[in-house]
Amino acid sequence: MTASPLVGVLALQGDVAEHSAVLDALGATVRAVRRPEHLEGLQGLVLPGGESTTLSLLLESSGLFEPLGERLAAGLPVLGTCAGMILLSRQVLNGRPDQKSFGAIDIVTRRNAFGRQVESFESTLEVTGLSEPMHAVFIRAPFVESVGEGVEVLAAVRRSDGSPRPVVCRQDNVLVAAFHPELSGDDRLHRLLLARAGGRSASAA
Amino acid sequence: MRVKRGLAEMLRGGVIMDVVTAEQAKIAEDAGAVSVMALERVPADIRREGGVARMSDPALISAIQEAVTIPVMAKVRIGHFAEAQILQVLEVDYIDESEVLTPADEAHHIDKWAFSVPFVCGATNLGEALRRISEGAAMIRSKGEAGTGNVVEAVRHLRSILGDIKKIQTADAAERYGWAKQLQAPIDLVEEVARTGRLPVPLFCAGGIATPADAALVMQLGAEAVFVGSGIFKSEDPSRRARAIVEATAHYQDAEIVAKVSRGLGAAMPGEEIATLDVKLAERGW
Repeated sequence: MTASPLVGVLALQGDVAEHSAVLDALGATVRAVRRPEHLEGLQGLVLPGGESTTLSLLLESSGLFEPLGERLAAGLPVLGTCAGMILLSRQVLNGRPDQKSFGAIDIVTRRNAFGRQVESFESTLEVTGLSEPMHAVFIRAPFVESVGEGVEVLAAVRRSDGSPRPVVCRQDNVLVAAFHPELSGDDRLHRLLLARAGGRSASAA
Repeated sequence: MRVKRGLAEMLRGGVIMDVVTAEQAKIAEDAGAVSVMALERVPADIRREGGVARMSDPALISAIQEAVTIPVMAKVRIGHFAEAQILQVLEVDYIDESEVLTPADEAHHIDKWAFSVPFVCGATNLGEALRRISEGAAMIRSKGEAGTGNVVEAVRHLRSILGDIKKIQTADAAERYGWAKQLQAPIDLVEEVARTGRLPVPLFCAGGIATPADAALVMQLGAEAVFVGSGIFKSEDPSRRARAIVEATAHYQDAEIVAKVSRGLGAAMPGEEIATLDVKLAERGW
């Protein structure tokens, strides 16, 4: 593992600063990604929370959508939170018809799944692979409606009818969370990303 | 508070647009707005037509909520907690206790802690901002001078708030008590600003933004997102202008992109000189 992997944060809109601060504190070299040339040399990437419809438009107009999709398909380690999870999904429900997503993880995600802001909430979650539970802040959050083969569900919340809804999933290089670990000062999902980002760089060297 | 402030964090780097119909809300969403502000008249019309400006008709707000999937905000009069109770029942995503409407209380703002819907409030200086935060506001915006298409007041308010934050960072303990007295703000919030070098909640810019360059200006000065009121739907080509302001806000540090999106947008809203105004909305609030 390299001392300081180069990790990008998609910086078109959303809570870019919070993610950057977490990565910086973990010793990563952080780069704001706004143009295609900013993808060069990245060992990992974070897609932040924000408004997924806005981000989808800005990914197109900035020319980032296609090259970023290629990097993800080629195995670039990525962490997506909330809107970032929506953007990485195979399919988005309750989105706009023209909303684009990368299809980097085989999940179907429902946008604004819990309702409007008055339904936003905080909760404590058991996450597979983490010894202590995680405090999670859900803001007009999505949840995962269905997962394909090869997707690990690492955490779920129970709906009022008792049915479990996945909120942390992983498939190969892609890790997604429906909530905002970057807002509650919990860096463990970022650590998982960095472990993978550093690993790649070491094997490439 | 983390949940309330959290939505404001998610709006950062985005544009919140005033809309008066469901059709305008769709245009705003299509153009990439992160949120819309539902109201009956944009500030330029309130200014021109005069009379008492109140909370919008709930039917209009609901129609706008139905039309879009992005967060919907709406305004209440300063101090009018009964209007805010109605907006909470409607489940708007943010309530703007706004000087653009006619104030309902000349001494008190709403106790915003009593609500589960988060509030945004305007401020012209750091003292006002911290008083609103102490009352429970989860987002602060500059007031600017709404409905004028003139950005000068918003720039003054941003520079005042951010300038005083810088000064407080270098103040010693005794001076911080002096600041609290001068700003008429709680000492614990002054201490927090001194420690962190920023407001305890996100700082957005509102009031007089009419062009992509205006958005790039206030973002470079330190605003974290922009509200555009009359500037879009009082212009010649609202859809293109809205899109251009979204791009300029995202790429505010990239003059090449701001230049590109500024080309051929048609006429901006006409705008007004501040000195000629009869009513200054920014003076409302205490």
